[in-house]
Amino acid sequence: MKAYLRAMRWLFHIGRYMQLLSASFRRPEKGRVFRSLLIRELDAIGTQSIGIVALLSLFMGAVICLQTAHQIGGWIPVYTIGFTVRQTMILEFSPTLIPVILAGKVGSNIASQIGTMRVTEQIDALEIMGVNSASYLILPKIIAGLCIVPFLVILSMVMGVGAGAWVGVATGVSSLADFEYGMQVDFHVFDVIYALTKTVAFGFILTSVSAYHGYYAAGGALEVGRSSTRAVVWSVVIIMVTNLILTQMLLN
Amino acid sequence: MIELHNISKSFGEHDVLKDIQASFERGKVNFVIGRSGSGKSVMTKCTVGLIEPDQGHVSYDGRNFTALSRRDRKEIRQEIGMLFQGSALFDSMTVQENVSFPLKMFSGMTDAEIDRRASECLERVELADAGSRFPAECSGGMQKRVGIARAIAMNPKYLFCDEPNSGLDPQTAIVIDQLIMEITREYNMTTVVISHDMNSVMEASDTIHFVHEGRILWRGDRGGLLAGGVPELEDFVFASELMRRIRKGGQI
Repeated sequence: MKAYLRAMRWLFHIGRYMQLLSASFRRPEKGRVFRSLLIRELDAIGTQSIGIVALLSLFMGAVICLQTAHQIGGWIPVYTIGFTVRQTMILEFSPTLIPVILAGKVGSNIASQIGTMRVTEQIDALEIMGVNSASYLILPKIIAGLCIVPFLVILSMVMGVGAGAWVGVATGVSSLADFEYGMQVDFHVFDVIYALTKTVAFGFILTSVSAYHGYYAAGGALEVGRSSTRAVVWSVVIIMVTNLILTQMLLN
Repeated sequence: MIELHNISKSFGEHDVLKDIQASFERGKVNFVIGRSGSGKSVMTKCTVGLIEPDQGHVSYDGRNFTALSRRDRKEIRQEIGMLFQGSALFDSMTVQENVSFPLKMFSGMTDAEIDRRASECLERVELADAGSRFPAECSGGMQKRVGIARAIAMNPKYLFCDEPNSGLDPQTAIVIDQLIMEITREYNMTTVVISHDMNSVMEASDTIHFVHEGRILWRGDRGGLLAGGVPELEDFVFASELMRRIRKGGQI
Protein backbone atom coordinates (compact mmCIF):
# COMPACT_ATOMS: atom_id res chain seq x y z
CA MET A 1 0.00 0.00 0.00
CA LYS A 2 2.82 2.35 0.94
CA ALA A 3 4.68 1.63 -2.30
CA TYR A 4 1.48 2.20 -4.26
CA LEU A 5 0.90 5.56 -2.60
CA ARG A 6 4.51 6.55 -3.20
CA ALA A 7 4.25 5.58 -6.87
CA MET A 8 1.04 7.60 -7.19
CA ARG A 9 2.71 10.61 -5.60
CA TRP A 10 5.60 10.36 -8.06
CA LEU A 11 3.18 10.14 -10.97
CA PHE A 12 1.33 13.15 -9.60
CA HIS A 13 4.53 15.21 -9.49
CA ILE A 14 5.63 14.09 -12.95
CA GLY A 15 2.21 14.98 -14.39
CA ARG A 16 2.14 18.36 -12.68
CA TYR A 17 5.71 19.09 -13.80
CA MET A 18 4.71 18.32 -17.41
CA GLN A 19 1.65 20.56 -17.10
CA LEU A 20 3.79 23.38 -15.78
CA LEU A 21 6.26 22.97 -18.65
CA SER A 22 3.41 23.01 -21.12
CA ALA A 23 2.09 26.24 -19.57
CA SER A 24 5.60 27.70 -19.54
CA PHE A 25 6.33 27.03 -23.21
CA ARG A 26 3.60 29.34 -24.46
CA ARG A 27 4.18 32.49 -26.47
CA PRO A 28 5.08 35.33 -24.09
CA GLU A 29 2.52 38.15 -23.88
CA LYS A 30 5.02 40.87 -24.79
CA GLY A 31 8.25 40.16 -26.68
CA ARG A 32 9.91 43.30 -25.28
CA VAL A 33 9.15 42.32 -21.68
CA PHE A 34 10.34 38.76 -22.35
CA ARG A 35 13.65 40.00 -23.78
CA SER A 36 14.31 42.19 -20.76
CA LEU A 37 13.50 39.28 -18.42
CA LEU A 38 15.77 37.00 -20.43
CA ILE A 39 18.68 39.43 -20.17
CA ARG A 40 18.13 39.66 -16.41
CA GLU A 41 18.14 35.87 -16.09
CA LEU A 42 21.24 35.51 -18.28
CA ASP A 43 22.94 37.85 -15.84
CA ALA A 44 21.59 36.10 -12.73
CA ILE A 45 22.35 32.56 -13.90
CA GLY A 46 25.43 33.28 -16.02
CA THR A 47 27.39 36.40 -15.16
CA GLN A 48 26.85 36.09 -11.44
CA SER A 49 28.05 32.47 -11.50
CA ILE A 50 31.31 33.08 -13.34
CA GLY A 51 33.24 33.64 -10.09
CA ILE A 52 32.30 30.37 -8.41
CA VAL A 53 32.68 28.38 -11.65
CA ALA A 54 36.13 29.86 -12.27
CA LEU A 55 37.28 29.30 -8.70
CA LEU A 56 36.18 25.66 -8.57
CA SER A 57 37.54 24.88 -12.03
CA LEU A 58 40.95 26.39 -11.32
CA PHE A 59 41.37 24.38 -8.15
CA MET A 60 39.96 21.16 -9.59
CA GLY A 61 42.26 21.36 -12.64
CA ALA A 62 45.22 22.00 -10.37
CA VAL A 63 44.35 19.16 -7.98
CA ILE A 64 43.71 16.65 -10.79
CA CYS A 65 47.13 17.52 -12.19
CA LEU A 66 48.87 16.94 -8.85
CA GLN A 67 46.95 13.74 -8.09
CA THR A 68 47.72 12.29 -11.52
CA ALA A 69 51.40 13.16 -11.09
CA HIS A 70 51.34 11.38 -7.75
CA GLN A 71 49.74 8.25 -9.25
CA ILE A 72 51.97 7.74 -12.25
CA GLY A 73 55.06 5.65 -11.71
CA GLY A 74 58.24 5.48 -13.74
CA TRP A 75 56.74 3.46 -16.61
CA ILE A 76 53.74 5.74 -17.28
CA PRO A 77 54.64 8.66 -19.56
CA VAL A 78 54.47 12.17 -18.06
CA TYR A 79 52.19 13.40 -20.84
CA THR A 80 49.47 11.29 -19.15
CA ILE A 81 49.05 14.20 -16.72
CA GLY A 82 47.85 16.56 -19.45
CA PHE A 83 45.74 13.79 -20.97
CA THR A 84 44.04 13.00 -17.63
CA VAL A 85 43.39 16.63 -16.73
CA ARG A 86 41.82 17.23 -20.14
CA GLN A 87 39.68 14.10 -20.10
CA THR A 88 38.47 14.61 -16.53
CA MET A 89 37.58 18.24 -17.06
CA ILE A 90 35.91 17.73 -20.45
CA LEU A 91 34.12 14.46 -19.83
CA GLU A 92 32.91 14.74 -16.28
CA PHE A 93 33.96 17.56 -14.01
CA SER A 94 32.87 20.53 -16.10
CA PRO A 95 29.71 19.12 -17.71
CA THR A 96 28.36 17.36 -14.62
CA LEU A 97 29.76 18.91 -11.46
CA ILE A 98 29.40 22.52 -12.61
CA PRO A 99 25.63 22.04 -13.23
CA VAL A 100 25.40 20.31 -9.82
CA ILE A 101 27.05 23.34 -8.21
CA LEU A 102 24.76 25.64 -10.20
CA ALA A 103 21.78 23.61 -8.95
CA GLY A 104 22.85 24.64 -5.46
CA LYS A 105 23.52 28.26 -6.26
CA VAL A 106 21.04 29.11 -9.01
CA GLY A 107 18.43 26.40 -8.31
CA SER A 108 17.84 27.40 -4.70
CA ASN A 109 17.64 31.03 -5.79
CA ILE A 110 15.03 30.25 -8.46
CA ALA A 111 12.93 28.14 -6.07
CA SER A 112 13.01 30.67 -3.25
CA GLN A 113 12.30 33.59 -5.59
CA ILE A 114 9.28 31.94 -7.22
CA GLY A 115 8.19 30.37 -3.90
CA THR A 116 8.17 33.76 -2.19
CA MET A 117 6.12 35.17 -5.06
CA ARG A 118 3.68 32.29 -4.59
CA VAL A 119 3.19 32.68 -0.83
CA THR A 120 2.93 36.48 -1.04
CA GLU A 121 0.22 36.14 -3.73
CA GLN A 122 2.34 37.85 -6.40
CA ILE A 123 1.70 34.90 -8.73
CA ASP A 124 -2.05 35.21 -8.09
CA ALA A 125 -1.74 38.91 -8.92
CA LEU A 126 -0.13 38.02 -12.27
CA GLU A 127 -2.85 35.47 -13.03
CA ILE A 128 -5.66 37.90 -12.20
CA MET A 129 -4.17 40.48 -14.54
CA GLY A 130 -4.34 37.84 -17.28
CA VAL A 131 -0.59 37.16 -17.38
CA ASN A 132 0.45 33.53 -17.91
CA SER A 133 2.53 33.38 -14.73
CA ALA A 134 4.33 30.16 -15.70
CA SER A 135 5.46 31.56 -19.01
CA TYR A 136 6.32 34.97 -17.53
CA LEU A 137 8.35 33.60 -14.61
CA ILE A 138 9.74 30.27 -15.80
CA LEU A 139 10.34 30.47 -19.55
CA PRO A 140 13.06 33.17 -19.35
CA LYS A 141 14.88 31.14 -16.69
CA ILE A 142 14.77 27.94 -18.76
CA ILE A 143 15.92 29.68 -21.95
CA ALA A 144 18.67 31.47 -20.01
CA GLY A 145 19.76 28.13 -18.47
CA LEU A 146 19.86 26.45 -21.89
CA CYS A 147 21.92 29.30 -23.36
CA ILE A 148 24.33 30.18 -20.58
CA VAL A 149 25.16 26.92 -18.79
CA PRO A 150 27.10 25.53 -21.82
CA PHE A 151 29.19 28.73 -21.86
CA LEU A 152 29.95 28.36 -18.16
CA VAL A 153 30.96 24.77 -18.79
CA ILE A 154 33.27 25.74 -21.66
CA LEU A 155 34.79 28.37 -19.39
CA SER A 156 35.25 25.73 -16.72
CA MET A 157 36.99 23.34 -19.17
CA VAL A 158 39.39 26.03 -20.35
CA MET A 159 40.19 27.26 -16.84
CA GLY A 160 40.58 23.78 -15.39
CA VAL A 161 42.94 22.59 -18.09
CA GLY A 162 44.84 25.90 -17.94
CA ALA A 163 45.22 25.67 -14.17
CA GLY A 164 46.40 22.05 -14.50
CA ALA A 165 49.08 23.12 -17.00
CA TRP A 166 50.20 26.02 -14.84
CA VAL A 167 50.44 23.95 -11.64
CA GLY A 168 52.12 21.08 -13.52
CA VAL A 169 54.83 23.37 -14.81
CA ALA A 170 55.12 25.44 -11.61
CA THR A 171 55.61 22.37 -9.40
CA GLY A 172 57.88 20.66 -11.90
CA VAL A 173 55.76 17.48 -12.28
CA SER A 174 55.45 18.08 -16.01
CA SER A 175 57.02 20.23 -18.67
CA LEU A 176 54.74 22.47 -20.72
CA ALA A 177 55.59 20.45 -23.83
CA ASP A 178 54.60 17.15 -22.16
CA PHE A 179 51.40 18.67 -20.83
CA GLU A 180 50.51 20.12 -24.25
CA TYR A 181 51.23 16.81 -25.93
CA GLY A 182 49.04 15.00 -23.38
CA MET A 183 46.26 17.51 -23.98
CA GLN A 184 46.32 16.76 -27.70
CA VAL A 185 46.84 13.01 -27.66
CA ASP A 186 43.82 10.91 -28.68
CA PHE A 187 41.57 13.97 -28.69
CA HIS A 188 38.09 13.49 -30.14
CA VAL A 189 35.88 16.47 -30.92
CA PHE A 190 32.95 14.18 -30.11
CA ASP A 191 33.97 14.30 -26.43
CA VAL A 192 33.25 18.02 -26.38
CA ILE A 193 29.98 17.52 -28.27
CA TYR A 194 29.01 14.81 -25.78
CA ALA A 195 29.86 17.10 -22.86
CA LEU A 196 27.91 20.05 -24.23
CA THR A 197 24.90 17.87 -25.07
CA LYS A 198 24.79 16.78 -21.43
CA THR A 199 25.23 20.36 -20.32
CA VAL A 200 22.22 21.61 -22.27
CA ALA A 201 20.09 18.87 -20.67
CA PHE A 202 21.39 19.74 -17.21
CA GLY A 203 20.75 23.45 -17.77
CA PHE A 204 17.14 22.61 -18.56
CA ILE A 205 16.80 20.32 -15.54
CA LEU A 206 18.29 22.67 -12.97
CA THR A 207 16.11 25.62 -14.03
CA SER A 208 12.83 23.79 -14.65
CA VAL A 209 12.95 21.48 -11.61
CA SER A 210 13.82 24.39 -9.30
CA ALA A 211 11.06 26.53 -10.82
CA TYR A 212 8.59 23.66 -10.33
CA HIS A 213 9.35 23.40 -6.62
CA GLY A 214 9.07 27.15 -6.14
CA TYR A 215 5.90 27.49 -8.21
CA TYR A 216 4.01 24.98 -6.10
CA ALA A 217 5.28 26.16 -2.71
CA ALA A 218 2.44 26.67 -0.26
CA GLY A 219 2.31 28.15 3.20
CA GLY A 220 4.88 30.57 4.53
CA ALA A 221 8.59 31.22 4.88
CA LEU A 222 9.26 27.74 6.25
CA GLU A 223 7.71 26.12 3.20
CA VAL A 224 9.67 28.40 0.85
CA GLY A 225 12.85 27.21 2.58
CA ARG A 226 11.76 23.59 2.21
CA SER A 227 10.89 24.05 -1.46
CA SER A 228 14.33 25.55 -1.99
CA THR A 229 15.98 22.52 -0.38
CA ARG A 230 13.80 20.11 -2.38
CA ALA A 231 14.69 22.01 -5.56
CA VAL A 232 18.41 21.47 -4.99
CA VAL A 233 18.09 17.83 -3.94
CA TRP A 234 15.81 16.84 -6.83
CA SER A 235 17.80 18.81 -9.40
CA VAL A 236 20.97 17.01 -8.33
CA VAL A 237 19.29 13.58 -8.29
CA ILE A 238 17.74 14.10 -11.74
CA ILE A 239 21.01 15.48 -13.13
CA MET A 240 22.84 12.38 -11.90
CA VAL A 241 20.28 9.94 -13.31
CA THR A 242 20.18 11.83 -16.62
CA ASN A 243 23.99 11.82 -16.68
CA LEU A 244 24.02 8.04 -16.49
CA ILE A 245 21.35 7.66 -19.19
CA LEU A 246 22.95 10.18 -21.56
CA THR A 247 26.41 8.71 -21.06
CA GLN A 248 25.12 5.27 -21.93
CA MET A 249 23.26 6.61 -24.95
CA LEU A 250 25.95 8.91 -26.31
CA LEU A 251 29.06 6.80 -25.68
CA ASN A 252 27.64 3.62 -27.16
CA MET B 1 -22.82 43.08 -12.39
CA ILE B 2 -21.14 39.91 -11.17
CA GLU B 3 -23.36 36.90 -10.51
CA LEU B 4 -22.51 33.63 -8.80
CA HIS B 5 -24.85 30.79 -9.74
CA ASN B 6 -24.96 27.71 -7.48
CA ILE B 7 -21.24 27.70 -6.76
CA SER B 8 -20.00 24.67 -4.78
CA LYS B 9 -16.44 23.76 -3.93
CA SER B 10 -14.95 20.95 -1.85
CA PHE B 11 -11.39 20.16 -0.82
CA GLY B 12 -11.32 16.42 -0.18
CA GLU B 13 -14.13 15.64 2.25
CA HIS B 14 -14.48 19.27 3.30
CA ASP B 15 -17.29 21.20 1.60
CA VAL B 16 -16.07 24.79 1.62
CA LEU B 17 -18.77 26.39 -0.55
CA LYS B 18 -22.30 25.04 -0.71
CA ASP B 19 -24.57 26.23 -3.49
CA ILE B 20 -23.60 29.90 -3.31
CA GLN B 21 -25.93 32.35 -5.07
CA ALA B 22 -24.89 35.98 -5.06
CA SER B 23 -24.98 39.08 -7.18
CA PHE B 24 -22.75 42.11 -6.87
CA GLU B 25 -24.05 45.35 -8.32
CA ARG B 26 -22.29 47.89 -10.53
CA GLY B 27 -21.35 51.23 -8.99
CA LYS B 28 -21.66 49.81 -5.48
CA VAL B 29 -19.28 48.56 -2.82
CA ASN B 30 -20.48 45.00 -2.20
CA PHE B 31 -19.15 43.50 1.02
CA VAL B 32 -18.76 39.80 1.72
CA ILE B 33 -18.40 39.25 5.44
CA GLY B 34 -18.01 36.20 7.62
CA ARG B 35 -15.79 34.54 10.18
CA SER B 36 -12.32 33.28 9.33
CA GLY B 37 -12.66 29.91 7.55
CA SER B 38 -16.25 30.58 6.47
CA GLY B 39 -15.33 30.34 2.77
CA LYS B 40 -15.08 34.04 1.81
CA SER B 41 -11.63 33.81 0.25
CA VAL B 42 -12.42 30.57 -1.63
CA MET B 43 -15.57 32.24 -2.93
CA THR B 44 -13.52 35.18 -4.19
CA LYS B 45 -10.92 32.90 -5.75
CA CYS B 46 -13.71 30.99 -7.53
CA THR B 47 -15.15 34.29 -8.71
CA VAL B 48 -11.90 35.53 -10.25
CA GLY B 49 -10.95 32.10 -11.60
CA LEU B 50 -7.98 31.32 -9.37
CA ILE B 51 -9.88 28.21 -8.17
CA GLU B 52 -12.27 26.24 -10.37
CA PRO B 53 -15.64 25.59 -8.71
CA ASP B 54 -16.88 21.98 -8.64
CA GLN B 55 -20.36 23.14 -9.63
CA GLY B 56 -22.06 26.32 -10.78
CA HIS B 57 -20.75 29.25 -12.75
CA VAL B 58 -19.79 32.90 -12.46
CA SER B 59 -20.95 35.52 -14.93
CA TYR B 60 -19.57 39.00 -15.52
CA ASP B 61 -22.27 41.23 -17.03
CA GLY B 62 -23.91 38.17 -18.51
CA ARG B 63 -20.67 36.57 -19.79
CA ASN B 64 -20.23 33.05 -18.41
CA PHE B 65 -16.66 33.28 -17.09
CA THR B 66 -16.47 29.70 -15.79
CA ALA B 67 -17.26 28.19 -19.18
CA LEU B 68 -14.55 30.15 -20.99
CA SER B 69 -11.17 28.71 -21.93
CA ARG B 70 -8.04 30.13 -20.32
CA ARG B 71 -7.35 32.19 -23.44
CA ASP B 72 -10.89 33.61 -23.64
CA ARG B 73 -10.88 34.46 -19.93
CA LYS B 74 -7.98 36.79 -20.55
CA GLU B 75 -10.29 39.44 -21.98
CA ILE B 76 -12.39 39.50 -18.80
CA ARG B 77 -9.35 39.27 -16.55
CA GLN B 78 -8.04 42.49 -18.03
CA GLU B 79 -11.23 44.16 -16.83
CA ILE B 80 -10.57 42.99 -13.26
CA GLY B 81 -8.47 44.81 -10.69
CA MET B 82 -7.61 43.18 -7.40
CA LEU B 83 -6.22 44.43 -4.14
CA PHE B 84 -4.72 41.58 -2.15
CA GLN B 85 -4.61 41.14 1.60
CA GLY B 86 -0.82 41.46 1.62
CA SER B 87 -0.89 43.91 -1.32
CA ALA B 88 1.04 41.40 -3.51
CA LEU B 89 3.23 44.10 -4.99
CA PHE B 90 6.15 42.87 -7.09
CA ASP B 91 9.04 43.43 -4.71
CA SER B 92 11.69 43.56 -7.45
CA MET B 93 9.96 46.57 -9.03
CA THR B 94 9.56 50.16 -7.88
CA VAL B 95 6.12 51.55 -7.05
CA GLN B 96 5.94 53.24 -10.48
CA GLU B 97 6.92 49.99 -12.22
CA ASN B 98 4.31 48.07 -10.24
CA VAL B 99 1.56 50.41 -11.39
CA SER B 100 2.92 50.44 -14.96
CA PHE B 101 3.13 46.65 -15.14
CA PRO B 102 -0.40 45.79 -16.38
CA LEU B 103 -0.20 48.68 -18.86
CA LYS B 104 3.14 47.42 -20.19
CA MET B 105 1.77 43.91 -20.60
CA PHE B 106 -1.58 44.68 -22.19
CA SER B 107 -2.25 48.28 -23.10
CA GLY B 108 -0.30 48.91 -26.31
CA MET B 109 0.54 52.40 -25.00
CA THR B 110 3.89 54.06 -25.60
CA ASP B 111 6.37 54.30 -22.69
CA ALA B 112 5.51 57.97 -22.19
CA GLU B 113 1.78 57.23 -22.08
CA ILE B 114 2.35 54.39 -19.64
CA ASP B 115 4.40 56.65 -17.36
CA ARG B 116 1.72 59.34 -17.51
CA ARG B 117 -1.09 56.92 -16.70
CA ALA B 118 0.87 55.33 -13.82
CA SER B 119 1.59 58.79 -12.41
CA GLU B 120 -2.11 59.68 -12.66
CA CYS B 121 -3.04 56.54 -10.72
CA LEU B 122 -0.42 57.26 -8.07
CA GLU B 123 -1.68 60.83 -7.77
CA ARG B 124 -5.21 59.49 -7.37
CA VAL B 125 -4.12 57.51 -4.30
CA GLU B 126 -2.00 60.45 -3.09
CA LEU B 127 1.34 58.79 -3.67
CA ALA B 128 2.67 60.99 -6.44
CA ASP B 129 6.08 61.24 -4.77
CA ALA B 130 6.52 57.54 -4.01
CA GLY B 131 7.11 56.29 -7.56
CA SER B 132 10.80 55.58 -7.15
CA ARG B 133 10.47 53.67 -3.88
CA PHE B 134 10.44 49.89 -3.62
CA PRO B 135 7.48 48.20 -1.86
CA ALA B 136 9.72 47.25 1.08
CA GLU B 137 10.34 50.97 1.65
CA CYS B 138 6.60 51.73 1.95
CA SER B 139 4.36 51.45 5.01
CA GLY B 140 1.45 48.98 5.08
CA GLY B 141 -1.06 51.73 4.24
CA MET B 142 1.08 52.98 1.36
CA GLN B 143 1.40 49.46 0.00
CA LYS B 144 -2.37 49.12 0.00
CA ARG B 145 -2.70 52.41 -1.85
CA VAL B 146 -0.11 51.30 -4.41
CA GLY B 147 -2.14 48.07 -4.74
CA ILE B 148 -5.24 50.16 -5.46
CA ALA B 149 -3.32 52.30 -7.97
CA ARG B 150 -2.14 49.15 -9.77
CA ALA B 151 -5.67 47.70 -9.68
CA ILE B 152 -7.21 50.78 -11.34
CA ALA B 153 -4.41 51.35 -13.88
CA MET B 154 -6.28 49.51 -16.65
CA ASN B 155 -9.62 51.25 -15.90
CA PRO B 156 -11.19 48.02 -14.64
CA LYS B 157 -14.91 47.28 -14.62
CA TYR B 158 -14.58 45.04 -11.58
CA LEU B 159 -12.55 45.54 -8.42
CA PHE B 160 -11.91 42.89 -5.78
CA CYS B 161 -10.44 43.78 -2.41
CA ASP B 162 -9.39 40.95 -0.12
CA GLU B 163 -9.23 42.16 3.49
CA PRO B 164 -8.12 45.65 2.43
CA ASN B 165 -7.71 46.84 6.02
CA SER B 166 -5.91 43.92 7.58
CA GLY B 167 -2.85 45.06 9.49
CA LEU B 168 -3.74 48.76 9.28
CA ASP B 169 -4.44 51.20 12.10
CA PRO B 170 -8.06 52.48 12.30
CA GLN B 171 -7.30 55.87 10.75
CA THR B 172 -5.40 54.44 7.80
CA ALA B 173 -8.14 51.83 7.41
CA ILE B 174 -10.71 54.61 7.03
CA VAL B 175 -8.55 56.27 4.36
CA ILE B 176 -8.46 53.00 2.41
CA ASP B 177 -12.22 52.48 2.84
CA GLN B 178 -12.95 55.97 1.57
CA LEU B 179 -10.60 55.51 -1.35
CA ILE B 180 -12.37 52.29 -2.32
CA MET B 181 -15.77 54.03 -2.10
CA GLU B 182 -14.60 57.01 -4.15
CA ILE B 183 -13.00 55.03 -6.95
CA THR B 184 -16.01 52.72 -7.13
CA ARG B 185 -18.24 55.74 -7.86
CA GLU B 186 -15.65 57.43 -10.08
CA TYR B 187 -15.03 54.44 -12.34
CA ASN B 188 -18.59 53.04 -11.93
CA MET B 189 -17.06 49.69 -11.02
CA THR B 190 -18.55 46.56 -9.50
CA THR B 191 -16.54 46.39 -6.29
CA VAL B 192 -16.42 43.33 -4.06
CA VAL B 193 -14.75 43.68 -0.67
CA ILE B 194 -13.98 40.64 1.47
CA SER B 195 -13.74 41.61 5.11
CA HIS B 196 -14.47 40.74 8.68
CA ASP B 197 -13.76 44.23 9.91
CA MET B 198 -17.06 45.69 11.16
CA ASN B 199 -15.70 49.25 11.14
CA SER B 200 -15.02 48.88 7.45
CA VAL B 201 -18.42 47.35 6.79
CA MET B 202 -20.16 50.25 8.55
CA GLU B 203 -17.94 52.79 6.78
CA ALA B 204 -18.01 51.66 3.18
CA SER B 205 -20.62 49.03 2.37
CA ASP B 206 -23.55 49.48 0.02
CA THR B 207 -24.62 45.84 0.03
CA ILE B 208 -23.55 43.05 2.39
CA HIS B 209 -23.45 39.27 1.96
CA PHE B 210 -22.89 37.23 5.11
CA VAL B 211 -21.16 33.89 4.53
CA HIS B 212 -21.39 31.21 7.19
CA GLU B 213 -20.03 27.65 6.82
CA GLY B 214 -19.92 27.94 3.03
CA ARG B 215 -23.42 29.33 2.56
CA ILE B 216 -24.75 32.85 2.16
CA LEU B 217 -27.03 33.10 5.17
CA TRP B 218 -28.01 36.71 4.82
CA ARG B 219 -27.86 39.63 2.40
CA GLY B 220 -28.85 43.22 2.93
CA ASP B 221 -27.39 46.60 3.88
CA ARG B 222 -25.96 48.37 6.94
CA GLY B 223 -29.36 49.12 8.43
CA GLY B 224 -30.45 45.52 8.14
CA LEU B 225 -27.17 44.33 9.59
CA LEU B 226 -27.77 46.11 12.88
CA ALA B 227 -31.41 45.04 12.99
CA GLY B 228 -30.24 41.43 13.30
CA GLY B 229 -32.62 38.50 12.92
CA VAL B 230 -30.20 35.72 11.99
CA PRO B 231 -28.49 34.29 15.11
CA GLU B 232 -25.20 33.46 13.33
CA LEU B 233 -25.09 36.98 11.88
CA GLU B 234 -25.80 38.54 15.26
CA ASP B 235 -23.02 36.46 16.85
CA PHE B 236 -20.64 37.74 14.18
CA VAL B 237 -21.68 41.39 14.10
CA PHE B 238 -22.05 41.86 17.82
CA ALA B 239 -19.02 39.86 18.86
CA SER B 240 -17.27 42.93 20.24
CA GLU B 241 -18.29 44.92 23.31
CA LEU B 242 -18.26 48.07 21.19
CA MET B 243 -20.87 46.76 18.75
CA ARG B 244 -23.00 45.37 21.61
CA ARG B 245 -23.07 48.80 23.24
CA ILE B 246 -23.90 50.47 19.93
CA ARG B 247 -26.80 48.07 19.55
CA LYS B 248 -28.07 48.88 23.02
CA GLY B 249 -27.63 52.57 22.29
CA GLY B 250 -25.81 52.85 25.57
CA GLN B 251 -22.78 54.86 26.46
CA ILE B 252 -19.43 53.60 25.21
